[in-house]
Amino acid sequence: MDDACQLDAKATARRATELVARRSYGKLVAFLAARSRDLAAAEDALADAFAAALAEWPRGCPANPEAWLLTVARRKLIDGARRQRSGEAALEHWQWIADEVDAADDDAAIPDQRLALMFACTHPAIDAGVHAPLMLQTVLGLDAKRIASAFLTSPAAMSKRLVRAKDKIRQAGIPLRVPEREELGTRLSGVLEAIYAAFTDGWSDPGGADTGRSDLTEEALFLARLAAGLLPREPEALGLLACLLHAHARRCARRNVDGDYVPLTEQDTARWDAAMIDEAEALLRRACRQGRIGRYQLEAALQSVHAERRCGAGVNWTAALQLYDALATLTDSPVVAINRALAIAELRGAEAALAELPDLAADARLGEYQPYWATRADLLARAGRAHEAQAAYAIAIGLESDEAVRRFLRGRQDACAHGPTGGG
Amino acid sequence: MQYLLLLYSNEKAWENLSEKDQEEGAAAYGAYTEALAQAGALVGGNRLRPTDTATRVSVADGKPQVLDGPYADSKEQLGGYYLIEAADLDAAIAWAARCPGAYHGIIEVRPIWPMD
Repeated sequence: MDDACQLDAKATARRATELVARRSYGKLVAFLAARSRDLAAAEDALADAFAAALAEWPRGCPANPEAWLLTVARRKLIDGARRQRSGEAALEHWQWIADEVDAADDDAAIPDQRLALMFACTHPAIDAGVHAPLMLQTVLGLDAKRIASAFLTSPAAMSKRLVRAKDKIRQAGIPLRVPEREELGTRLSGVLEAIYAAFTDGWSDPGGADTGRSDLTEEALFLARLAAGLLPREPEALGLLACLLHAHARRCARRNVDGDYVPLTEQDTARWDAAMIDEAEALLRRACRQGRIGRYQLEAALQSVHAERRCGAGVNWTAALQLYDALATLTDSPVVAINRALAIAELRGAEAALAELPDLAADARLGEYQPYWATRADLLARAGRAHEAQAAYAIAIGLESDEAVRRFLRGRQDACAHGPTGGG
Repeated sequence: MQYLLLLYSNEKAWENLSEKDQEEGAAAYGAYTEALAQAGALVGGNRLRPTDTATRVSVADGKPQVLDGPYADSKEQLGGYYLIEAADLDAAIAWAARCPGAYHGIIEVRPIWPMD
């Protein structure tokens, strides 16, 4: 083989391993750890298998890459168990894996236990703050450094939390299993919450201006698709995917050509991803047909109300308010209360909306919540209370870390000093 | 796997119960223990005398130090334990949730770390 050809083979092999890694990583980890619950060992063995693939596949990619990787990985696991003399039980287990792999020499025969893995990652016995990171690592193979960057923490601290969670799964015997029917509802909300967290933690920087911080929205979408695909009869799983697709469809419209922040109601609908919105709408219709409403379906429906602007219609604020009312009965989230007030402002005026804003004294979280102050400032400005509006904008600006949003808020603050309602 | 269920509750509350309520409580534990045994999950278990009877021992400079009273002063005290056999943490949690102690206290579920 000449050099060029060899280079080509290497590149092909690299692409093939990357493709399998993305598509199959979680499936292989889940399979290897299903009985032992030893995620760390499964990940290590799989990392070795991928390294072997990079070396071997240039000489010819296997017909069943997943089975190939599993064969190498279980060999590593058996060697490891022998070296550590971790007892007959471990060896027996890996031997069992070996038999399973031999039986499943065709990729299609390898069972997909990723859903069980997601339920283990979000088990209530594991610290809720590590649910999303753990899922991103074990299902998608992201490294601690990348996850840490999205969750604004140090790689060392994130790595420690991930190791601790995996130790707990193994040592406390947390099963990799899809819960029984009666438990499924509550446990599923844990899975969906973690996916939502993975999405929103990578979401606040749509322009990608902050290059040091990684964006995990694509990864979260992958997880949401996986959950919706594996649980097609769970309307909330479909609702979450619809909700994330709606949000993702608008990612380019959140900044104008100058890189300035554009609020939802002023976004150029031509810059929304139409195909993605259509997919979200179809998912939401499928979810609603099942007749079990929930938080994510309501949130997706709200996005859908805003998306109607695509057809040239205005936002139906009456429908929006009804949806916010329904959401408010399900959650005491300040985000919902604040957005509900904005809908009220459209229907009954800014003063009425101010009266409905949650009480700062009753909820200490609001004091340092930027959207609360930005909304309050906006409503005050619209009510003609320019001085109070400026003061509220000042607090919002102080709480915001994104420069584009800060610029936007400063613009609004200036406008209420000079604008027609800026009486003093 | 084996798990130790540690039953924490306010021991004073138990002492303040009427005799009839205490009998009912004891019967509930009896039924629970029987259910564990029937399922083949019971390895061992017992109640503990109140913390008034506790003695702390440690060795300093080669000499045993003996003190009266429990190790930690808290609202809830360790009042008993069950050692159970369960397939995984979910099965152990299910047993803990059925324990009468979970209704008037906290059950801590700890996996046994076998000695090789």
